[in-house]
Amino acid sequence: MKNRRDFLKTAATGAVLLGSQGKLALAAMMEHRAEPAKSRVVIARDPALHGADGQLSESRVQALLDRAIATYTGRDKPIDAWKHIVPVGKVIGLKVSCLGGRGISTHLALTLAVTERLQQAGVKPGEIIIWERNARDLVAGGYTISTTPNRIRVYASDTAGYDDEPVACGPVKLKLAKILSHDCAMVINLPILKDHSLSGVTFSMKNMYGVIDSPRELHSGGCNPGIADLNNIPTVREKVRFTIGDAISSVYEGGPGFHPEHLWKPNALIVGEDRVAVDHTGWQMLEKKRAEVGLPTFEAANRPPRYIATAADAAHRLGTNDPQRIHLMEV
Amino acid sequence: MRDNSVKFCENWKWVVVAIALFSTLAGTACKKKQADPFPASNAVAGWQKTSDTHVYAAKDLWQYIDGDAEQYISAGVVTASTSDYKYQDKLEAVVDVYTMSNSDGARKILETGLTKDAKTIQLADEAIQYAQSVIFRKGPYLVRIVAYESTPYSTPALLALAHGVEAKL
Repeated sequence: MKNRRDFLKTAATGAVLLGSQGKLALAAMMEHRAEPAKSRVVIARDPALHGADGQLSESRVQALLDRAIATYTGRDKPIDAWKHIVPVGKVIGLKVSCLGGRGISTHLALTLAVTERLQQAGVKPGEIIIWERNARDLVAGGYTISTTPNRIRVYASDTAGYDDEPVACGPVKLKLAKILSHDCAMVINLPILKDHSLSGVTFSMKNMYGVIDSPRELHSGGCNPGIADLNNIPTVREKVRFTIGDAISSVYEGGPGFHPEHLWKPNALIVGEDRVAVDHTGWQMLEKKRAEVGLPTFEAANRPPRYIATAADAAHRLGTNDPQRIHLMEV
Repeated sequence: MRDNSVKFCENWKWVVVAIALFSTLAGTACKKKQADPFPASNAVAGWQKTSDTHVYAAKDLWQYIDGDAEQYISAGVVTASTSDYKYQDKLEAVVDVYTMSNSDGARKILETGLTKDAKTIQLADEAIQYAQSVIFRKGPYLVRIVAYESTPYSTPALLALAHGVEAKL
C-alpha cells in the first residue's frame, strides 16, 4: 500500500487521460512495460464528513472528491485532473444508484460535486445526464427529474426507453437503456457500497443492473456470472470507464435495501478505473466492518461475491482481483 | 306438474349460483378494503401520508427491493404495498406492508436478520423495534416502518404509526 506521495514519485507523469482511446494514459503507458501494470484504487476518507448533528457537509464532500481525484491522477488541481478524465464536447452520464431509496442511495451531494467539477472542466450542463433505471427511484433518492435542454438532465431509463434489439449477456438476451447506448458518450459510475442478499456485495459492477431492461434475469447463482457477463457487454465495457464509489454511508448487512439498524458511515470514496479492483476493495471494506461487529464473512454467510473473480477471469478480463496487482492508495 | 318442478329446480340453481357469486364478490370487496392498511393523513397524530400507495405483485417485487425480493418470494409473498409518511415536517418514513400467503411466511421474514439491539415490543402477533424502525407481523401481514433519520422523537412517533397501521389490518 502506498500513500499519495509515494504514488506521485512513481507516476510523476500520471495524467489520467480518458480520451478517444477510452483508456487512462498512465494505464496505457504501463501496459507497454514488461511487468503488468497495477490497477490504481484510491480510498479517500474524511471522518468529519458528517457533522456532530449527523448532517452531511456538502463542502467537505467536494473537498473529499477533489482529494480522491487528485490522488488518483497525480494532479493537484482538481480542474486539471478532470480535464484529463472527461472528453470535451461529449455527453457524460452519471449512473447513480437509488434503488435503496432515500436512506441508502448515491448521495446527492456527491453527484452535485461531480457535476460542479465537470462543468469547471468544460463540460456544458446540457452534456451531463444523471441517470438511474426508474424515475421513482431517482425521486426516492432525493433527485429531481429534469429534462430541460441545455441544463443538467436527470431522468430514467423507464421513461427514456430501451433499445429495440436485445444484446447477448452470457446466455441471456436483454436490452440496453437508450441513455447508455445512444445518449451518453461516456459514463462515470457512481454506485453506493452495500451488502447484498444474493451477490454478497453490490458496488461498481452490480450498479450496471440499472442499465438493462430485465435485471431479474441475472440474479441467479448469486448474480454470478450475471454481473460479470453484463459488464462484459461491449457497450457497457467501453462506455463505463470510471468509478467514483460512494462509501459515505453503507449497509453492511440486510442489503441492498435500507436497514438503518445496519447502517454504517465509512465517510469514504473509492475511486478507480478498474471496476473489478474497485469492487474487490469495497468487498474488503465490508468484510472488515462485518468482522468488527461480529458478523460472519460473506463466505460463511453463504453469499461470497464470486462474480468479482469471474469478472477477472480469462473469459472476461474486466480487471484484477489480485491484491498484488492493485495499487491501493489511502488518503 | 313435473315440468314445473324441473323449472323450479333450474331456477333455484340460478338463485344459488347468483348468491354464491354475490358472496364471492362481496368477500373480495371486503378483503380489498381490509388490505388498505395505510392510515390517512392525521389519522395518526402528527403523521401525514405523503405519497400514493404503490403495490407490487410478487413477480414485480424486484423492481422495488432488488435482490431482497428473493427472500420474500421464497417466504410466499403475494403483494407488497408501500407509502411514504412525514411526521410534523421533521421525520420522514416509509411504510411497507407485505402480504404473505400465510403467517409462517411473515414470521420467517421477521425473524431474519435480527440483531442484538432488536427490542421486542407488544404489538400484533410479534413485533420488534430499533432506533429507526419498527417491524411487526399480524396474520399473513409483515409490516416494516423505517425512518430516514434518527431523532429523539423517532421511537415514539414510529410506534404510534405502527399502531395505526396495525389497527387497519
